[in-house]
Amino acid sequence: MAFVIEMLNITKEFPGIKANDDVTLQLKQGEIHALLGENGAGKSTLMSVLFGLYQPEQGIIKVRDKEVVIKNPNDANDLGIGMVHQHFKLVHNFTVTENIVLGYEDTKKGFLQLDNARKRIKELSEQYKLRVDPDALIENISVGQQQRVEILKMLYRDSEILIFDEPTAVLTPQEIQELMKIMKRLVSEGKSIILITHKLNEIKAIADRCTILRKGKYIDTVEVKSTSNEVLAEKMVGRKISFGVEKTPAKPKETILKVEEVSITDYITQKIVVKNVCFEVKRGEILTIAGIEGNGQTELIHGITGLKPLTKGKVILKEQDITALSIRQKSLSGISHIPEDRQKHGLVLEYSLENNLILQNYFTTQFQNRGFFKFDNIRDHAEKLIERFDIRSGKGPLSQVRSMSGGNQQKAIVGREIDRNNDLLIAVQPTRGLDVGAIEFIHKQLIQERDQGKAVLLISLELDEVMNLSDRILVMYEGEIVGEFDPQKTTENELGLYMSGSKRGKQQ
Amino acid sequence: MKLKTLGSQIVKKVAERPSTISVSASVLAIIAGLFVGFIVMLIINPGQAFAGLRSILFGPFSDMEGGRSLGNTIYYAVPIILTGLSVAFAFRTGLFNIGATGQLTIGAFVAVYIGVNWAFLGPLHWIVAVLGGMLAGAFWGSIPGILKAYRNVHEVVSSIMLNYIAMYTVTMLIKQTIFNATSARALAPETTARLPQWFLGDVFPRSSINIGIFIAMILVVITHIILNKTTFGYELKSVGFNRDASQYAGMSEKRNIILAMAISGGIAGVAGAVMFLVTGRFMSIENHLMAEGFTGIAISLLGLSSPIGVFLAGLFYGALEIGGFYLQRTTNFVPQIIEIIIAVIIYFSALSLFLQKFVANFLSKRLKKEVQISEGSDVL
Repeated sequence: MAFVIEMLNITKEFPGIKANDDVTLQLKQGEIHALLGENGAGKSTLMSVLFGLYQPEQGIIKVRDKEVVIKNPNDANDLGIGMVHQHFKLVHNFTVTENIVLGYEDTKKGFLQLDNARKRIKELSEQYKLRVDPDALIENISVGQQQRVEILKMLYRDSEILIFDEPTAVLTPQEIQELMKIMKRLVSEGKSIILITHKLNEIKAIADRCTILRKGKYIDTVEVKSTSNEVLAEKMVGRKISFGVEKTPAKPKETILKVEEVSITDYITQKIVVKNVCFEVKRGEILTIAGIEGNGQTELIHGITGLKPLTKGKVILKEQDITALSIRQKSLSGISHIPEDRQKHGLVLEYSLENNLILQNYFTTQFQNRGFFKFDNIRDHAEKLIERFDIRSGKGPLSQVRSMSGGNQQKAIVGREIDRNNDLLIAVQPTRGLDVGAIEFIHKQLIQERDQGKAVLLISLELDEVMNLSDRILVMYEGEIVGEFDPQKTTENELGLYMSGSKRGKQQ
Repeated sequence: MKLKTLGSQIVKKVAERPSTISVSASVLAIIAGLFVGFIVMLIINPGQAFAGLRSILFGPFSDMEGGRSLGNTIYYAVPIILTGLSVAFAFRTGLFNIGATGQLTIGAFVAVYIGVNWAFLGPLHWIVAVLGGMLAGAFWGSIPGILKAYRNVHEVVSSIMLNYIAMYTVTMLIKQTIFNATSARALAPETTARLPQWFLGDVFPRSSINIGIFIAMILVVITHIILNKTTFGYELKSVGFNRDASQYAGMSEKRNIILAMAISGGIAGVAGAVMFLVTGRFMSIENHLMAEGFTGIAISLLGLSSPIGVFLAGLFYGALEIGGFYLQRTTNFVPQIIEIIIAVIIYFSALSLFLQKFVANFLSKRLKKEVQISEGSDVL
């Protein structure tokens, strides 16, 4: 079979780093080709080269056996290459049709002609079963639908080669299923797909071949069917990865956190987002709250940690009522919190790593004296955490956090919060968007905390994670706890039914 | 040869520091401004263009009899350093204080009011007047701070509007309290309220210099320390960079926003006091916004929002002002040339991101060459 795209021996350098070092990628006609690598392995750079955003220092690109130079995204479009970016590039107050024709408009004497476009979008949408309403406003449709608009955009421009940049990162499990169907349909209609990802399950489920990059270098291209997950992971990370999480049975002791009949009403929408939630977390156990995103988990945790006021109910930490305390007082009374959104709440991206590592305790006498910082102690603290939690960055304690990879940003937060040595550790989606190496590391840390007698409250959307880590599972649906499960005695299927609201039990 | 490699290593180290790139962007902006000014002079009057450029560049050294021009350079620089510092401080804490003019006006009025009326204070008179100006500026600055903290009103909008409110209020208050009806302007502050010269009068005789420069230096040092060495500055900057993360870390974002604006306003208030607690300068009742507040924005940009950078940029501005003064004395150019140069510098400072990229590219290319050369010489 012929190759539609060949990127041969591509080298792309940035100051101080070779983002792509002699990388080769060959895409066959009609295949789904996965591009696998950890965060920072050079996947995005390689695709940016193909899309004309960067010029490679060395190497050639061939499209259908013809050598080409792609100077900018327009060249790429002309060659039939289209890209669905991880963060969609859509105008929120435009309709689907307007977004799709943007930059490609039909005009007649200077006036916009949308009718033909609309018709064509409808046809395409039916042909590929995308189910997108051409007249809907972007802001009114779901994230999954927005992604399909991006796909339509490429189809509308007659792209033959489609690049998906981590397309599932923002989708719910159901939407992921749907997307995979769509991708298969696209391939069966003769398109070729490059799928950028670090999720092995997706590659197994859908890709034909897989090219693996590590630290900018080309490692291998393999047939997915005949390669196990373990081998893929090993090639990606460069060492053996254990998938199962090893842990001993929990030995729960006294209650650390008690949440009593907590309700939260959203300030803006006046909707009740958390309803009468009660539960306890004990010393030495990991309690997981599972659920599909947007079912009140975020608000519940914000309520417990003080970021949002409670409408009703009590939060009791070590037999002390902390409901009315300020965020700082709550945190000081013994809560460590790994927040859901690391860039929004967890870090000050403009600060150096060492300054971020003292974000929760910069005011203690360890780091300041009469308001003046003790810079030596801050540096020592940072170096200690960097070593203990293997936080990798360009310039050590002085690296700007913005320039660090997602995995290392998360390690910094995890390290900071664990190091505070509080009795309660709240971890909200601690592994979101991370690659297997970092996930493995963070899971180990959480279990280690449990074994050292901390109470761990985990919020997770990933069923694997829920099943592997938890000692007890609560499922949250539409703001309520709809069931409690023992991970030894339940299945992912059963949890799924509760998470989607098809089944509900009584709260214990 | 080892020395050479060592040398190129040092060059490389300096070049790789991010501050090098941003500082060179500011320097480039200045050079571009002077260049455009020179072109303009060439067009207007080619014969005198070089003389004009010389008098702009060496303005502070034009009248060295006792260092008069140098002293006046400093005298003109002080208010601009202070307003620049005011804007820079707010900027470092994530706030854009366009209201320095208003805070300066209010500060100036209170300082002059005290200067006119409270002569009983004796030797403490000028100190109290400056402090009064500072407090008044802080009060005026805290208003947009409070509006932002509690009502999420953008500080740019509220502080701009407060500029006009300050201007009209002060005109009204001057007419009612410290009005000099014969000259239709505010009364002059008592001599005890004017900033003393101390030994500076001997170092720079015949110039208008006063101890304002020391006040500016002290404030530069204090703000530098607050921003870089204290937990207070850490909180202020955190809130500016990321309100959500600061809230998560238990900081009081409201308090920090208000304090940041009050400090910024206080510095602008001092600028107002320093401007008018002198001999021969009077607050006017013509309704116009004082330009010093806006120039402060440009100086803050040029000084890369760092207190020390602002200090240097402010001195440079003072030098340009003096240069403009001597320009019209020695040549037949109008001093507006200086305004053009300053405007171009401001434009280029605003383009500093672009310039920084330019410098970064240039350096990386240069470094590659250097490395190649030194590698090559190793082979030889």
